[in-house]
Amino acid sequence: MTRTKMTLKTEGDQHVVVNRRFAASPEAVYRAHTEPSIIQKWLLGPDGWTMPVCLIDPRGGGKFRYEWVDGKGNGFYVTGEFVALEPFRRIVHVERMHLPDPTPENHVETTFEPDGGGTLMTMRMTLPDAKTREAMLATGMEHGMEASYVRLETIL
Amino acid sequence: MQTLDTTFSALSDPTRRAILSRLAAGEATVMELAQPFAMSQPAVSRHLRVLEKAGLITRRIEGAKRPCRLAPGCIAEIDQWLELLRRALETNYARLDRVLAAQTKERKDNP
Repeated sequence: MTRTKMTLKTEGDQHVVVNRRFAASPEAVYRAHTEPSIIQKWLLGPDGWTMPVCLIDPRGGGKFRYEWVDGKGNGFYVTGEFVALEPFRRIVHVERMHLPDPTPENHVETTFEPDGGGTLMTMRMTLPDAKTREAMLATGMEHGMEASYVRLETIL
Repeated sequence: MQTLDTTFSALSDPTRRAILSRLAAGEATVMELAQPFAMSQPAVSRHLRVLEKAGLITRRIEGAKRPCRLAPGCIAEIDQWLELLRRALETNYARLDRVLAAQTKERKDNP
């Protein structure tokens, strides 16, 4: 496997499109996006974060809520609703991050297509506005700063 | 002309992204940059050298100070955000690869 297996590009000035291949069936990859016990194993962001709360009602109109913590007192959560679910093929949902103020809605469509023995996943999402990007960058940096302190201590 | 590799390597560090974000708000000296990051000035200077070499910032001389600013048109804030998103997704999907591989193995072991 090479690191070129994921592509991420902007589409117009409104969307981001991500493609990623997986060496597993569309059913397995779809389940990994809808079953809490699996989601909690991988949808975690930077190392050290966990998702203690993963509530999900995977049907049209169903809601979900994901909460992340880093064990050092930092955390945030995402809430969302499913617009459409076609088992093993397609998930459409809206979500917003709470940082803690809610960000504007992110509309996400994820499709899972058979690709050889595996799956080609395509995720199309809304490009957040400048203010939201700034808030998200600030969060990422805050998390990253600790890691860079550790690195600095090793260097110095 | 800087290569994309140099740019991405410079952007790979969260402290350097934080510095760029601060500079997006306007010019700053090493001292001004060091203060909010609770970091020594030599440590900040090292990051600034990497950013300067990658063509992401420029510095001018003003007496004993060398204030920094974003290089014109060199990096859009949106590219920083996309790079952060890419890293988050790559980390998550590498983890998902391992989860899926473990499931496949489990099925083979317990048919």
